[in-house]
Amino acid sequence: MACIEARGLRKAYGTTMALDGVDLRVEEGRILGLIGPNGAGKTTALNAILGLTPYQGELRVLGRDPWSERERLMRDVSFIADVAVLPRWIRVSQALDYVSGVHPRFDRAKAEGFLEKTSIRRESKVRELSKGMVTQLHLALVMAIDARLLVLDEPTLGLDILFRKQFYDSLLNDYYDSNRTIVVATHQVDEIEHVLTDLIFIDRGRIVFNRSMEEVESRYLEVLVHPEKLAAARALKPIHERQGFGRSILLYEAADRQQMAALGEVHTPSISDLFVAVMGNQTGHTPGVTR
Amino acid sequence: MNTQTNVLPDPPLESQVRAPALIPAAQHAYWALRREFWESRSIYLAPLAVAALFLVGFLVSLIHLPHVMRALSALDPGKQRDTIIEPYDMAASLLMGTFILVALFYSIETLQRERRDRSILFWKSLPVSDSTTVLAKASIPFVVLPLLSCAIAFVTEFIMLLLSSAVLAGSGLPVRTYWEQVSLFQGSLLLLYHVITVHVLWSAPVYGWLLLVSAWARRAAFLWAVLPPLAICALEKLLFNTAHFGAFLGHFFMGGTEGLYAPGTFPMDPATHLTPGRFLATLGLWMGLAVTGAFLALAVRLRRCRGPA
Repeated sequence: MACIEARGLRKAYGTTMALDGVDLRVEEGRILGLIGPNGAGKTTALNAILGLTPYQGELRVLGRDPWSERERLMRDVSFIADVAVLPRWIRVSQALDYVSGVHPRFDRAKAEGFLEKTSIRRESKVRELSKGMVTQLHLALVMAIDARLLVLDEPTLGLDILFRKQFYDSLLNDYYDSNRTIVVATHQVDEIEHVLTDLIFIDRGRIVFNRSMEEVESRYLEVLVHPEKLAAARALKPIHERQGFGRSILLYEAADRQQMAALGEVHTPSISDLFVAVMGNQTGHTPGVTR
Repeated sequence: MNTQTNVLPDPPLESQVRAPALIPAAQHAYWALRREFWESRSIYLAPLAVAALFLVGFLVSLIHLPHVMRALSALDPGKQRDTIIEPYDMAASLLMGTFILVALFYSIETLQRERRDRSILFWKSLPVSDSTTVLAKASIPFVVLPLLSCAIAFVTEFIMLLLSSAVLAGSGLPVRTYWEQVSLFQGSLLLLYHVITVHVLWSAPVYGWLLLVSAWARRAAFLWAVLPPLAICALEKLLFNTAHFGAFLGHFFMGGTEGLYAPGTFPMDPATHLTPGRFLATLGLWMGLAVTGAFLALAVRLRRCRGPA
């Protein structure tokens, strides 16, 4: 059974299509990165998956309809929607009490274990904690829930780089296993690059790119072209070209690695470069693309 | 997704044998209510503070008690009684007023606040239904506050009685005549009857309306709750020069009492003849309760749809 399955998912706010016919299938055990510019529909898509917003089209999460079965679904799904949604008045001990009171799959000892490693005190109120500590607390609560799907929407926004690194490290080391699925939406693309198994780009309510990371690695390559071979390289139809280190960097899809090695230095593009290339083509910035 | 090749043909066994984890509904309700006490501490702090302040004032006034009691013995029993129970009525009225104020402010705030501070996204990430949350919140003005206020009123009056007795005994005056005038249990039960009938059952649409506006309004919930009814009153006055709507609304705050007591008896007087049967037979009461039910059902729906403000 797929963890998330969507067909023709639509959601309009007035005349704006936040989701414009999204087809999506996420298998169990994947870590999916959902990347897109502001207003692309990432949060709307996640809200639909979490049963926070009604939608048109077909959507099943763990075999359930999230809108009509949110309460039931939340036994198996947890999420951190945005940073700083923990109520500011709540004490750390109260948050632990409440979640263990209402959640059948919450392991309080595990959450306490995570908190031991931080400087968060039980009697502190959330408003007294730093932004990083609030995220640590939320993560401790969420990781102690034995969920099958974890959804993270910009979970590290506004945190310093140490916290951000720690966040993904503990997610991978202490939480993730092959029975769990994780969906992350973020702008900080490069930080989650090594974490992901799958990658989706979303733009104006549509999925414009959907590949596993293995495919990304085998299918896309970037060439730091020798200046004298630039014309030859351009003739091979790169999907994107940019300047860097005083050289032209060309990005190819489904190109022959041997052939490319003759043109210059070859490596796998970073997600952000790939994103810029794909999005550039989408929005029609590249010459020759007609819309 | 394009990941078929990477996925095991069979789903992992563990996911199929997960025990159906269940938490009884009563436990959900309990924690939803606990949350309200953590979040809105004025629910119990406000009546306690009012009671404590009143007790301090009463303690100071006790200096005059022996003098008053001596002067009273010359008066007729009816007059005697009125003077003695005056502070007790005052304590009851104060606590009732506190309950109404706290209930009004709580109701207009509660569902909007969780959207304003975005914490609704945290609450909704847990397996607690919208109806559990809304009903827990509604139970604060409908059940918790009235019962709590009456209990605090009872304890306050009991302390007043003990303090007075100590002062009277200290000055060699008979305590018995004083005790005979203060009918603590009867008075408290009357207060409870009055609060539940007039300020809970009859006023229910007021709190229901406030909870609904709180669930709906993105900001300025108080204005949204108050301005539309006021506008209707003003419009009616302008167009027809009548005030039926205002009178109709006033009914929910002060009205409905005609069915409660036999005519001519004062609500808080222990000699009041209660007529709960007539009260329960009032059509307006049941219509009001039906409207309240509809308001709450709408509030549940709104909480389901509305994201953070």
